[in-house]
Amino acid sequence: MTRTLTTEAGAISVEALHMTMRFGEFTALDDVSINIQAGSFHALLGENGAGKSTLVKCIMGFYHATAGELLVAGREAFMTDPKIAQSLGLGMVYQHFTLVPSLTAAENLVISRADAPGVINWRREREKLAQFMATMPFSVPLDLPVSRLAAGEKQKLEILKQLYLGNRFLILDEPTSVLTPAEADEVLGHVRALTRAGEITVLMITHKFREVTAFADEVSILRRGRYVGGGKVGEMSVEEMSRAMMGTAPEVSKRPRAATNGREIMRLSGVEAQDRTGLKTIRIDEISLKSGEILGVAGISGNGQMELMEVLTGQRRMTGGEITVNGQPFAATRAEARAHKLRYLPEEPLRNACAPRMSVAENLAFRTFDTGGNGRTRFWKDDRAIARNASTLIEDFKVKTSSPAARIASLSGGNVQRAVLGRELTGEVDALIVSNPCFGLDFAAVSSIRDRLVEARNNGTAILLISEDLDEIMELSDRILVMSEGRVAFETPIASADVSEIGQHMAGHG
Amino acid sequence: MSAADQIPTRAHLPGARILAGLALRAEAVAIPLAALLAGFAAFSLFLLVMGKSPAEFYGLVWKAGFSSAFSWQNTLSRVAPLVLAALCVALPARLGLVVIGGEGAIVLGGLAAAVTGTAVAGVPGYAGLILMALAAMAIGGFWIGAIGALRIRRGVNETISSLLMAYIAIALFNYFVEGPFRDPASLNKPSTAPLAEALRVGDMPWIAAHWGVVAGVLACLVSWVLIDRTTLGFAARIAGDNVRAAQVQGLPVARLVIGFTALGGAFAGLAGFFEVAAVHGSANASLIAGYGYTGILVAFLARHNPLAILPVAVLLGGFEASSGLIQRRMDLPDATILVFEGMVFVIILLSEALYGRFRIFTPAFWERR
Repeated sequence: MTRTLTTEAGAISVEALHMTMRFGEFTALDDVSINIQAGSFHALLGENGAGKSTLVKCIMGFYHATAGELLVAGREAFMTDPKIAQSLGLGMVYQHFTLVPSLTAAENLVISRADAPGVINWRREREKLAQFMATMPFSVPLDLPVSRLAAGEKQKLEILKQLYLGNRFLILDEPTSVLTPAEADEVLGHVRALTRAGEITVLMITHKFREVTAFADEVSILRRGRYVGGGKVGEMSVEEMSRAMMGTAPEVSKRPRAATNGREIMRLSGVEAQDRTGLKTIRIDEISLKSGEILGVAGISGNGQMELMEVLTGQRRMTGGEITVNGQPFAATRAEARAHKLRYLPEEPLRNACAPRMSVAENLAFRTFDTGGNGRTRFWKDDRAIARNASTLIEDFKVKTSSPAARIASLSGGNVQRAVLGRELTGEVDALIVSNPCFGLDFAAVSSIRDRLVEARNNGTAILLISEDLDEIMELSDRILVMSEGRVAFETPIASADVSEIGQHMAGHG
Repeated sequence: MSAADQIPTRAHLPGARILAGLALRAEAVAIPLAALLAGFAAFSLFLLVMGKSPAEFYGLVWKAGFSSAFSWQNTLSRVAPLVLAALCVALPARLGLVVIGGEGAIVLGGLAAAVTGTAVAGVPGYAGLILMALAAMAIGGFWIGAIGALRIRRGVNETISSLLMAYIAIALFNYFVEGPFRDPASLNKPSTAPLAEALRVGDMPWIAAHWGVVAGVLACLVSWVLIDRTTLGFAARIAGDNVRAAQVQGLPVARLVIGFTALGGAFAGLAGFFEVAAVHGSANASLIAGYGYTGILVAFLARHNPLAILPVAVLLGGFEASSGLIQRRMDLPDATILVFEGMVFVIILLSEALYGRFRIFTPAFWERR
């Protein structure tokens, strides 16, 4: 197929009619019809697993829909191949960047073209790029390696790339998940300006109601593979959208916070370690974590929180300073963690806290397999204890698995998180180090996990919550630290916490 | 015997659960078996292209490897070093390490056994033999354990370092056998001094194969118990599947890696001991027979399961034992068996992509029955 259909500039409409997608016996998308008018900014809302990605993949030709039709610019299109979507001017911006970090923005743009020549005449390309950029409402530095661009600039470059490729219908998959609130507003503002100007049509997958109400024209809501509502943004309240998405209005847990005594459990003083690149040093002058509090560590991804977590779990070597737990030096060994009743919940549990090819039952036994109950270490593995432990935890924490013998990698993200939570939160817990516990989970799972954290806090557990989700920090914390450039840049109790002030410190403008 | 034999019977679970538990184990048997058969087929094509008869080839393998007491003796003499060399691959593999340099531990183990043998000639009873075996295991354990330590402490790729260290080991072996420890009486084939009769390992009473076979079986059992029944093995499996998860759990990953690689190396060193004490009677170039490399194929075919290593080693031992007969009867070069092993190995590696692709091997498929 050629571009002849769509050579004229300007936004195009896409309409999906009665789209159904089945995977074996499972129906991921059930008779969904949505109409995205040319030049509109359309938001697609839904929990994880609601069918948003499936719908988008059917539109882009990554999946071949079981039934249904697709109209692009009013004409029927057969998306049997992603190349057809490209040739019709449909493009996608993914949640994570797809740029080559070591190349400059200009190089990234040119090589992304399907017709990039074998030998590139850079002078001519640069002239053409300059002309192209002059027509754009925003720009990015073209001559810096992409690795030196900020996340917001990278996301803008991703969108520019789609326009440069001549795509006029863009699908944005959670485009702001890696941006600061200010960056997100800027990027989405530009996107909206482009739609208003009639340059492009946008379909944005999102979790954030704020972005829908502030930027989108229309919204479609999916739930369990079905279209459950939508319409003009101004005509739907947030409560209506939320109710459609969740089925019923989500139970806003009040989460009563008990008064707790603040005995110091953990103290970091002068802790230093190399960051992931090995070029910079993170330095934590002082963090004191007390029992019965949730200490939130906010910050934009890549400002040393991950390294802090790795130091605390013993995955990253400390080059200076000291960590003490209950007044004793702490080197993150299994025996120390056990003696101090210290537990970890790393982010992306399947990647960081599970052995994906081992069974659910085995994964649930990681913390206890080598103890005999009376504190002594075991030499012989006790399969019966492992099976008992598994059935208890699977039931108590409502882990949905086909069998305790199934590989844990076959579970959904929420169930993996519940399994790990069950493993780490059973028994007495004096301190809990958590990193992005709700990343990638749906509302119901998020709510139940946050309930568990507050419950643990109320029982006197000291919780260090490292999170890139500022809403989560604000909702759960008693005290907030902000990390920026590998240092603790700001500290405030929740009572006097101000989001815009925190945001400024996150962005390094303290 | 196969991997399916080691399913713990869960009497307290209903039947569907047992089938569900069986499913993943069955996958670990069915896929390598199918890959092996595909390897046979591919090699048959190779023979046809060469203008030879596959039927005659496999007939001769049967005849030379498995048909008579004599051929079994031939096969079993190869089983001991193959099993022990395969463990040197399978144990590190449990921690996610691909160690392919067992040959180095075999030759150094053999050298250590021969040198110790001349030093302990006067020691009465079995003590001398035990000292020889311990010396072989110590140097083998040190050699492969060092590879594990380099990996965990310095991030050196264990596959490359083990292969290169095998070449260093062979160079060291040649240097010592042709230099400091050479028996002046060994004229055209440099060897260490022949072992005293009391320091030779004899054949087992009921079958004409040396005691190394029993040692190999015991080593497999010990390895299986270690991996499958102990908390150490469980910890090693966690670290092998996801080292980050093991670190977050505070498991002693470095000690596990060094321990498992060293144990594997000790078994390979023991293979060298038996080759010297039971087969050659001294350390010489005959020790560099490639068992370390065939052991890699054995371990991969057995999916690094110590119990499955035994039957696979018998099978490949039979193929290796038939090499001479095939050379004479079919007028094929000595390297033919290596071609066969190479083809099977490539197909085994390709078959890794098949795991998780078949629904009948998922527990969920059987739970719904």
